[in-house]
Amino acid sequence: MLGANSKDKFMDIKSVKSQFPIFKNKINGKPLIYLDSANSSQKPGRVIDRISKFYSKEFSNIGRSVHTLAVTATNRFEETRDLVKKYVNAKSREEIIFTKNATEGMNLVASTYGEKFINKGDEILITELEHHANYVPWHFLRQRKGAVIKFAKCNDKGEVEIDEIKKLISNKTKIIGITHLSNVTGAILPIKKIVDLAKTKKIPVLVDGCQGAPHLKLDMQELGCDFYAMSCHKMYGPTGVGILYAKKEWVDKLPPYQGGGGMIEEVKKDNITFPGSPTKYEAGTLQTAEVVGFSESIRFIQDVGIKNIMQHEKEITEYGVQELKKNNSVKIIGDPKNRGSIISFTIKGIHPHDIATILDEDGVAIRAGHHCCQILHEKMGIAASARASLGVYNSKEDIDVLSNAIKKCNKIFNK
Amino acid sequence: MDLKELYQEIVLDHGKNPRNKRKCKDFNKDAEGHNPLCGDKVHVFLKLNKEKKVEDISFEGEGCAISIASASIMTETIKGKEFNVAKKILEDFLNMLKEGSKLRINSLNEDQNTTMMSLSGVKQFPMRVKCATLAWHTFLHAAENKKEKVNTEKGNL
Ligand SMILES: Cc1ncc(COP(=O)(O)O)c(C=O)c1O
Repeated sequence: MLGANSKDKFMDIKSVKSQFPIFKNKINGKPLIYLDSANSSQKPGRVIDRISKFYSKEFSNIGRSVHTLAVTATNRFEETRDLVKKYVNAKSREEIIFTKNATEGMNLVASTYGEKFINKGDEILITELEHHANYVPWHFLRQRKGAVIKFAKCNDKGEVEIDEIKKLISNKTKIIGITHLSNVTGAILPIKKIVDLAKTKKIPVLVDGCQGAPHLKLDMQELGCDFYAMSCHKMYGPTGVGILYAKKEWVDKLPPYQGGGGMIEEVKKDNITFPGSPTKYEAGTLQTAEVVGFSESIRFIQDVGIKNIMQHEKEITEYGVQELKKNNSVKIIGDPKNRGSIISFTIKGIHPHDIATILDEDGVAIRAGHHCCQILHEKMGIAASARASLGVYNSKEDIDVLSNAIKKCNKIFNK
Repeated sequence: MDLKELYQEIVLDHGKNPRNKRKCKDFNKDAEGHNPLCGDKVHVFLKLNKEKKVEDISFEGEGCAISIASASIMTETIKGKEFNVAKKILEDFLNMLKEGSKLRINSLNEDQNTTMMSLSGVKQFPMRVKCATLAWHTFLHAAENKKEKVNTEKGNL
């Protein structure tokens, strides 16, 4: 797969891109320049084919029947759990819980941990960079229990410094919720340092890994965090699947989340008992085909190599920042030392929605809006921004098309 | 889809130099509108006299070129009209954006007609129709004293 004759030092981008059927389509008569992977990534053919094959040859509900198909389906499903466990370097399969997305993973933590350990006056420490998915669930808890939410400040570069976290930790802090990689400024936060600090105070850390998981090497032992939430649809995987990594000590201690079939042990009229994790967190019929399909996403990432992906995306991102800076009307949001493959920007005198519409004409898909980070946008004094976010299939040529399309915005609006 | 249809000269002009973008003096009705998806915000101020004529109308707000231009064009078109006529213009405008029909109203002069028509290109861009209709819905809320804020995502239009 890693062709030797490629212009790209790290991988053969053409061969990687050709594995994604979506790029065969034209958008408004132009080739698709997909710069919205932070929102959701495109899917390689092998993932799509895997789902189709599963439904054609192997499908049955899992974990309930003894017939052959049920056994096969259950095995495929659980094999994916093993694959994920290895991929993120978890200690045991009990630590890998399938959810519908990262949002559900974070709600699971806020509900179960919050129910048991957070009381009136207790503090939840999050940051100004958080996506609404790592704020709203805590807000519910604030309302339900009278807890207090504190926001660690983000600096001008769009980073959260460890000192800002240190400052806010008190003996009432019950949990820290923090993003691995900001979906607006692109900043990669020093999670390991934050976890080390939190450990000295015995405070658990929940990492919103939505943007970290698709673009960084994942090693739960090295990060040391207590919870890590991911959305598989951003990892070249199907929609409807998320993964919550939760340390064994927590899954043993925390109560179940949703109730229903599949998550029980013994049901009597006067009492119900529950099995261990992950079963007690996976109520009802699960997104079986999508989970099985996700196994091919991991294999895809492994075949290309996460290190190659990281190198490649870093190169394209740096090129993107450099090219956009050449346009005086463009203002890039944040300037983090350690930037993931996200570039958010504004253009003087042009609203992000107009930018997105004009870019779309040239087949360039970006996102405009507050990207579910209203707190951060308010702090920056803007209602919305435009965001270009990269994936494994993007190239320098894509950046060139983007820069030219931005010049077209200038032309339309500044004549 | 054609960008030139969307960003016509008149639209760009109203977007850049919006008319009546201020809080008008002694307004007696007002309402706020919000499009949470893109953050467009508009506040419409209205002076309806006893005969239910729009004596003055203005707006404040922020948003994309389409939403600002549409608010600006609305204030220009509706000012001085009877409320019932204004309501007809609004219905006509919404039909133009939703069904692509021509303006039927005959109470507009040629200039006003051309100006309103300059927003007809929005129809080809379904994601942007809400930007263009926000101010108009908000005007109706103000005129009819509806308490709730207009919210394009709440289906209360
Ligand atoms: C940082 C971050 N957190 C959470 C989410 C929510 O992801 P999902 O909607 O897949 O649960 C996203 C994606 O939009 C994100 O970028």
